[in-house]
Amino acid sequence: MPYLVHSTEDREAMLEALGVATMDDLLVDIPPHLRVDGIDLEPGLSEFETMARVRALAGRNRVFEDRLWFRGGGVYQRFVPAAVSAVTSKPEFYTAYTPYQPEASQGTLQAIFEFQTLIAELTAMDVANASLYDGATALAEAAMMAVVETGRRHVVVAGCLHPEYADVLRCYGDGRGFDLRVGLEHVGSDTAAIVYQQPSFLGLLEDAAGLTELAHRHGALGIACVDPISLGMLAPPGEQGADIAVGEGQQLGLAASYGGPHVGFIACRKELMRRLPGRLVGEGHDDLGRRGFVLTLTAREQHIRRARATSNICTNHSLCALAASVYLTYMGPDGLRQVAEVSYQRAHALAERLAAIPGFELPFPDRQFLNEFPVRMFHVEHHLARLRAAGILGGLPVGPMFPDRPDLEDVAIFCCTEVNDPAALDLLVEVLTASAASVNTRSGAR
Amino acid sequence: MTEPLSFEKSRSALPPPRLPQAGVQTDAQLPEEHRRRRPPALPRLSEAEIMRHYSRLASMNYSISEQFYPLGSCTMKYNPVANEEAARLPGFAGLHPYQDEETAQGALELMWRLERALCSVVGVDRITLQPAAGAHAEWTALRMIQAYHRARGEDRTEVIVPDAAHGTNPASAVLCGFKVVEVRSGADGRVDTADLEAKLSNRVAALMLTNPNTLGLFEREIAEMAEMVHATGAKLYYDGANLNALMGVCRPGDMGFDAVHLNLHKTFTTPHGGGGPGAGPVGVKTDLVPFLPRPTVECDDGAFRLDHDRPQSIGRVRSFYGNFGMLVRAFTYVLAMGGDGLTQASRDAILAANYLRHRLEGVLDLPHEGPCMHEFVASARNLGPHGIKALDVAKGLLERGYYAPTVYFPLIVPEAVMIEPTETESRATLDAFADTVQAIVELARRSPEDLRAEPRSLPVGRLDEVAAARNPVLRWRPNGRDATASSPHEPVRSDTVNDRG
Repeated sequence: MPYLVHSTEDREAMLEALGVATMDDLLVDIPPHLRVDGIDLEPGLSEFETMARVRALAGRNRVFEDRLWFRGGGVYQRFVPAAVSAVTSKPEFYTAYTPYQPEASQGTLQAIFEFQTLIAELTAMDVANASLYDGATALAEAAMMAVVETGRRHVVVAGCLHPEYADVLRCYGDGRGFDLRVGLEHVGSDTAAIVYQQPSFLGLLEDAAGLTELAHRHGALGIACVDPISLGMLAPPGEQGADIAVGEGQQLGLAASYGGPHVGFIACRKELMRRLPGRLVGEGHDDLGRRGFVLTLTAREQHIRRARATSNICTNHSLCALAASVYLTYMGPDGLRQVAEVSYQRAHALAERLAAIPGFELPFPDRQFLNEFPVRMFHVEHHLARLRAAGILGGLPVGPMFPDRPDLEDVAIFCCTEVNDPAALDLLVEVLTASAASVNTRSGAR
Repeated sequence: MTEPLSFEKSRSALPPPRLPQAGVQTDAQLPEEHRRRRPPALPRLSEAEIMRHYSRLASMNYSISEQFYPLGSCTMKYNPVANEEAARLPGFAGLHPYQDEETAQGALELMWRLERALCSVVGVDRITLQPAAGAHAEWTALRMIQAYHRARGEDRTEVIVPDAAHGTNPASAVLCGFKVVEVRSGADGRVDTADLEAKLSNRVAALMLTNPNTLGLFEREIAEMAEMVHATGAKLYYDGANLNALMGVCRPGDMGFDAVHLNLHKTFTTPHGGGGPGAGPVGVKTDLVPFLPRPTVECDDGAFRLDHDRPQSIGRVRSFYGNFGMLVRAFTYVLAMGGDGLTQASRDAILAANYLRHRLEGVLDLPHEGPCMHEFVASARNLGPHGIKALDVAKGLLERGYYAPTVYFPLIVPEAVMIEPTETESRATLDAFADTVQAIVELARRSPEDLRAEPRSLPVGRLDEVAAARNPVLRWRPNGRDATASSPHEPVRSDTVNDRG
């Protein structure tokens, strides 16, 4: 049987050493009426047959060519240096346990310490933790920090937040006892935090400094949900007065993988450090004065504080954080800026060309964006189907996600990164131009 | 052996990596007010230096690929390499979560099939694959139970957890707004049912239990406890940390549990990754099905789809559909093992734990009667007279090439040494480990000061954790606060300290 190690003789010898005749003698504490004999599943397969089945399932998914992904909405196609998977596929990293025993875990601990520094630098905040599950839960943890810090029970969302992140915030709030209010008109003396996504879900830039100032004027915290690649060129939350910065790290070297595993990060001002959820790695020394790294400030955590912990998080996304660290170290400050700038320029070139297609328009022409932007295109589903037929993963139709916003009907958000080469942009524009012409011929331009 | 931080090795003159140029025409420029003023002080290293840096760090880790991890309550079993190959298939890794469902049929089918397979293992009606980890799963289950009671117009405010429970249990309950009520363990290490009776009331939303419990003992009176809990209208929650004992042996669903969580990174061999990512599916009985996180995966006439239209759902507990890459690994494992293999795995895990327990009789204290299930808790209190603690035994094992057992947990056993060998360790490994514990105990008696000085041959010795926590240094600073750094820092380019007071 795969992955099992004992021979029948081993099992018999072990039973004999225990002085029992059969396995059932070891199961005497289980009431007989609760015993089952096996599992209603087909018998195991050879590795060859297993992988054939798994490959067949993988083959039923359609994989779009990297350079033809124009869909983002929280998960993006980026160039991933080969160094990333070369490091994360080292069994010393991926099969290690949580580094509770520091002497046997210095590799993981130092890598996390470097991750914490990288995230703190990137966001221009004082301190970052060892990672969280994803961007959405990181935002929920930040909101809970603000609720505890301020003793207030309302969190206000400014601008267009990723609808799934808003759902997750609501789900955490329903349990923890805070509610979510959308729109700045709700800001008041009972506001725990103003939450904003920069750039917004639609890709548009918010007045981050203005929002954190507004929050502080009302005694609330400013929580920024940021795109880590954008921080290669965009003013980081720490420069704009944010108290807590969170985000999704998928773009830092992780595969899309149908939505996970990715990695959440959280960083804050040092005054809030002891309210951070989850693990923190700190520097320490042994009796010979050698530097080492160790899980620290554990008095915040569930295994010490139990019901009084800042969060319940235990297992986080350490290996994904490692991937992000390798990515950021590979890029360095100039590489990261170049990735952000190239994405910016291609997106703007594409936006100009799409806006020129008859029947297409940019719905928010006065707003700044980086590398993701909304396009209004009547018959959006028709156009996306044409793109799909051409092997292109087109923009994300957002209308159905925002039933209360008629202005987003027929809007799709498109993104560009360094993987979308100029020829890919040309192909996209060509297919959409033809698609628009066919629609306009049929129904006339709207 | 130590390795400088990547930041300390950074060379400011190094050119950036070669990356694509834009190659497009546009006049657009990001306005100055949105531009970053100071670049982040990320390191600048060549690829060769990066690879060497991380290879050195890797060599400073213990891992299941090299060492035996007798880590109680963590189920550190071998991680099959085929699982990794499966998760990296372009048909899975290259899938955008917002692709149209008709282009992701294989992924949806995998999730649908995994859900059904796990339902068979634990005996529930439906499972959500969304939660990212065990603690996340606990919280998700409690949110569902909370929503169930609220839908019935009941405001139940308490959750009962045993004193032996993992710390995430009470923390998850509090995160859901519940008050935690602790129920005592009796002298035999099992829940004191009289105390449970006293703590139950119509204020109680749920009892959180694991079975086998954290001492590795089967809760013999589980059916009676379920009846008591249900009689008050409360729900019974199963913490799946110890499911590795039960596959094909018995099912939490049959014991009366209403919500059951599983750790795919324990029982189903997805790797721990140095602390995640894991995956924590939650199974529920019919009563709780309407409250499952959305979306669920449904199958209509062979076509798979995501069902977002679930009006009583608690909503989303994270973005997208879960740690899909971990689901692929677990599914691959389930296919390879089959019902017969999983059943044998649990039986072997129980056999290994009992065998190792037997080997340690007379070496460490064994405060509870056997047989045990897949793990057992010993105590190092017999070494107290020599001034030796459980921690010293743990460090002695590290010195001798084993990862340490879980120590000081559960809290109800003094000097606890919690050991879980799993089914993937050979008898030779178990014997060698037992011999090593014996050698450490002998050293403890003979020259305890030598044991207290261990480990000596690892990259660092015991770190002063109190000092580390008193004056926390949680990041490297560009201006070199770190006195031990030997390599010259690059010139300070960035002052990102945010002293807002």
